[in-house]
Amino acid sequence: MLNQELKKEDLSEPVDIRAVDGGGWLYSDIVKDHFFNPRNFMKWGEEETFKHNAMGRVGSPACGDEMVLWIKVDPKTEKITECRWRTFGCGSAIASTSMLSEMITENNGMKLEDATKIKPQDILLRLGGLPDRKIHCSVLGDKALQAAVNDYFRQTSQHQRIITVGSKVIDKVLNITDKDIEEAVLEGARSLEDLQKKLKVGVGDPDSVPAIEELLRFYNEKYYGN
Amino acid sequence: MLSKLKQKRKIYLDHAATTYLDKQVFLAMQPYFTKYYGNPSSIYAEGRKSNGALNDSRRTVANLIGALPENIIFTSGGTESDNMAIYGIARAHEKKGKHIISIPIEHHAVLNPLEDLKKQGWEITYVRVNDKGIVDVDEVIKAIRPDTVLISIMYANNEMGAIEPIAEIGKKLLQYRKERNAPYPFFHTDACQAAGYLELNVEKLHVDLMTINGSKIYGPKGVGMLYIRRGTPIKALILGGGQERRLRSGTENIAGIVGFAKALELVQASKEKETKRVGAMVEYLWKKIQKEISKVRLNGPEIGLERLVNNLNVTFMDVEGEALLLYLDEYGIMCSTGSACTSESLEPSHVLTAIGLPYEYSHGSLRFTFGHCNIKQDVDYLMKYLPAIVERLREMSPAHLGERVYKKRKS
Repeated sequence: MLNQELKKEDLSEPVDIRAVDGGGWLYSDIVKDHFFNPRNFMKWGEEETFKHNAMGRVGSPACGDEMVLWIKVDPKTEKITECRWRTFGCGSAIASTSMLSEMITENNGMKLEDATKIKPQDILLRLGGLPDRKIHCSVLGDKALQAAVNDYFRQTSQHQRIITVGSKVIDKVLNITDKDIEEAVLEGARSLEDLQKKLKVGVGDPDSVPAIEELLRFYNEKYYGN
Repeated sequence: MLSKLKQKRKIYLDHAATTYLDKQVFLAMQPYFTKYYGNPSSIYAEGRKSNGALNDSRRTVANLIGALPENIIFTSGGTESDNMAIYGIARAHEKKGKHIISIPIEHHAVLNPLEDLKKQGWEITYVRVNDKGIVDVDEVIKAIRPDTVLISIMYANNEMGAIEPIAEIGKKLLQYRKERNAPYPFFHTDACQAAGYLELNVEKLHVDLMTINGSKIYGPKGVGMLYIRRGTPIKALILGGGQERRLRSGTENIAGIVGFAKALELVQASKEKETKRVGAMVEYLWKKIQKEISKVRLNGPEIGLERLVNNLNVTFMDVEGEALLLYLDEYGIMCSTGSACTSESLEPSHVLTAIGLPYEYSHGSLRFTFGHCNIKQDVDYLMKYLPAIVERLREMSPAHLGERVYKKRKS
């Protein structure tokens, strides 16, 4: 069988297409490296032996991205000593999870307290950027991490430490929250018009428009710096 | 590892996206760039030379599709032709009625004008397609209302190769109009994907308008045509010097038109041979995929008469299409996906959604479309890498659609 002749290792060092045709790649070199040489992903069969003490899952294949993160936490230092992940998603989703796994385990591991503070743009920065419309993928990484840390708190009966990201209903008619607006901005909505195209927000509830515009400014500044 | 560099090839499996120019087409076009540059509207020899080429091309194309030369309007491509058919009919006949029938798996060059008309008060009925992407003839006829002025249904779908029963719809429509002694509704088909492989005779298809473009048939990009049957009044969208029977103004793209005519001539001449050759490769690939990769699904019609011969659209469950494309690209293999990640809208393919495919299946779909440059060895080359790539990505994936039947392999 042909496919058995090709070992998996062969796939980790693919031919550089740019050397052949001189064209640029879609993503940064770092993204490319993490996509083709993903760090810390959970191999088949490894679940039984890895002995994680918490797990976080976010997304679903239906929405195009799904991510699962397993973490090992040292209860004394509260540092993440090891982690594993699996991701269903495009190149940038895979690369950003791989990068996140490196960020939280490097230098003897990140403290849980710091891990919960990781923002999508921290991952972006380390990846050397992503195309605007791809940013929502790496947002999943920090959400999966948040879920895993919360799971750790739950497992260790530290319920008071569980962080719930409260979302606030902005458009009462369509029940659209600030989270929805954040997501839409991450998917490229830069103006009220873009936002309305995506969410129909504010159409049924005109009173919410000032609040929507404020959130739009806030998230645009947060993710795009303008 | 280095030996792979020597093996590195470029395998183009995206002919439904566009094609390269046929050498013969290129040669036919060449004189019209620098040698015969005259404006066909000019009266002197240089102009007459261009006009002659224009007329010859029009005659060639007309003969190929069983039409009269004056029924051929050259345009800037498939998108313009589709727009011209829809807006042209809509604007000329809005007094008669404001209803159009189409199907949900059309190209955006048809869907977006229809959606635009909807905003202007038109009603659009999208007749559903079955799980193979094929529309039912009777359902189309049943959808006709007294105010229906146009039916627009593609000849073959670009994503999964479903061939629509155009001739049958045309025939029933003819009968429908005869019984009522009315010219309505007119019938348009976008034949861009079909032009290389299927029958284009407008008398056999019974269509009133037909779109074809150059860039899918080894002709130049930026040129196409709209066939308009006599007695099908349409309104021009582009006004100016009155070229193309006042229906499409602008100095004619002579080199492009010459190339388009040559390209159509060549693909129609080789269509039987190519159908056999390319069809065998598609069949070979599908057999190999089924044998060597688990959890796969053929999207669209079974391989056979209902499916465009050069198209294979397969879902590889639990993996995502863009990631597959990036890996394949590293090995010089070019194809496309219905995944949201590569679309501007971040929505999965509307075509795969319309046949009832769940989003998670669309995200993992790859479309391979074969053509002139492909040989059987291309399939072998592709299948040398594809199973391992799919396995690699599955290993990283938390998704388990349906049964996880593929073998767990220790790495």
